[in-house]
Amino acid sequence: MGMTITEKILAAHTEKDIVEPGEIIEARIDLAMANDITAPLSLEEFDKVGAKGVFDPEKVVFVLDHFTPNKDILSAGNCKKIREFSKKYGITHFYEGGACGIEHALLPEEGLVVAGDLVIGADSHTCTYGALGAFSTGMGSTDLTYGMVTGRVWLKVPESIKFHCFGKWQKWVTGKDLILYIICMIGVDGALYAAMEYEGEAICALSMDSRFAMANMAIEAGAKNGIFKVDDKTIAYMKEHAQKPYKIYESDPDARYQSVYEIDAATIGLKVACPSLPSNVKDAAELKGIEIDQVVIGSCTNGRIEDFEMAAQILKGKKVAKYTRCIIIPATPKIYREALRRGYFEVFLDAGCIISPPTCGPCLGGHMGVLAKGERAVATTNRNFIGRMGDPGSEVYLAGPAVAAATAIKGSIAYPEEVL
Amino acid sequence: MILTGRVWKFGDNIDTDIIIPAQYLAHTDPKILGRHCMEPLAPTFHEKVKAGDIIISGYNFGCGSSREHAPIAISALGIPLIIAKTFARIFYRNAFNKGLALLEADITDHVAEGEEIEVDISTGLIRCRAVEIQAKPIPPFMVELINAGGLINYLKKQLEGKHERV
Repeated sequence: MGMTITEKILAAHTEKDIVEPGEIIEARIDLAMANDITAPLSLEEFDKVGAKGVFDPEKVVFVLDHFTPNKDILSAGNCKKIREFSKKYGITHFYEGGACGIEHALLPEEGLVVAGDLVIGADSHTCTYGALGAFSTGMGSTDLTYGMVTGRVWLKVPESIKFHCFGKWQKWVTGKDLILYIICMIGVDGALYAAMEYEGEAICALSMDSRFAMANMAIEAGAKNGIFKVDDKTIAYMKEHAQKPYKIYESDPDARYQSVYEIDAATIGLKVACPSLPSNVKDAAELKGIEIDQVVIGSCTNGRIEDFEMAAQILKGKKVAKYTRCIIIPATPKIYREALRRGYFEVFLDAGCIISPPTCGPCLGGHMGVLAKGERAVATTNRNFIGRMGDPGSEVYLAGPAVAAATAIKGSIAYPEEVL
Repeated sequence: MILTGRVWKFGDNIDTDIIIPAQYLAHTDPKILGRHCMEPLAPTFHEKVKAGDIIISGYNFGCGSSREHAPIAISALGIPLIIAKTFARIFYRNAFNKGLALLEADITDHVAEGEEIEVDISTGLIRCRAVEIQAKPIPPFMVELINAGGLINYLKKQLEGKHERV
């Protein structure tokens, strides 16, 4: 019986040749990551166990991205603790200040994750790196402490669900629309404990940025990981960024799947997830007239250069609607610089947008764009739970960059053709 | 071990932003986190709940972020157990790692809010007023982890072993 890409990567990180879904394994990890919200709890546990150090200072990563630039005194204190720990234990990849970006955009860009890796992170969106053909999954701070100290993690081998996508994409549609379509189809627990695996000609046609956005939201269907077949685009990306050799794994033709879905790309339009679940998805055209107070274009899902390219195409020569705020958050310093170099900032500033430094900020209602009671946002982020971006009486609609930019101009939910 | 407690009922997809909103995540003190537990849905939950009470929920309890602040906030209120139809996977790991027991069973339709139930954690037998319901057994690996005193104690023992060898 054949194995899936997920099973092969997991097996390669144990002493076994074969692993099977449902089996509990203890696996070696290639990287363990935490941020300014999850690391403080990890470090408290680290102190409790009396460890002498981390398993490998090159393979433990701290990214201070959530409540930074420090939003208050408590956050500043948390960052200080992580900084001091990093100094003490010689952590190589400690990111803050001008070197820092949103973790799941930053790590691939820095070349710290490559195909074939097994990565754990104390952040649920750690599943993003599956876009590179790696196994990566989110867990809590205590699991992260165990990984940081031992270089190992216990995992239940997940079953896999295959999504085979064919056909041609419509204009403006990105991986975000496809993943919202899929979450709507299978539900917010439709892939609970499972691996979501993508392949097919329509997947190959997607950019790396689109694939990162899709792998990122695997957790929104309850999945353990999302994973893509490595192709020319993946290899080109790794050649540009990788700091270490990669290893390509592919699913066997006779690998076992919990289920297989066939999706025709041509049938997928611009999607919006309405409050308060990522599965509550409608076509953007059905939501015309819903007034929006704030638009956020950024996050670990859609804060990459392709997203700003699309937003700039739509916002060029236009103005953000009166009484609507549009916040642009490039996910990393490199993306920030590239958007600046390409002249997008000029477009955004002329349109009346706010440009924020890289931060998770408003996505989780932290800072830099928190909503008041009764306010509504369209965001290119990943969650629209009750109170996610601020007051429990505020609402979040999730969309891709094209709908977000068009909505900023119109002041109500819109698609590009309405404003161009 | 047998637990007896009053029941608090919640619906499906109770996410971590409900269990503990992100605005409180800079805190690590369990007492402060407990005060804001379930705040967006039930702002006075922390005042009404008593130590020993049990949360009952539907599908996908704990979906969303990896924040361990969620099980910490629930435990801080003295809640020893959650019974849900299913749990989101990161929350499942975190709860066991923090010593909060979870059982999977479909009991929401069989209990009333505030009803007292009796639960045998080791066998998974739940005694409601009207019926007895058998929860899915806790996976053997999780039982081992619990018996070892949780992941951190398990790690502590490993490290102590190593230090002895050195």
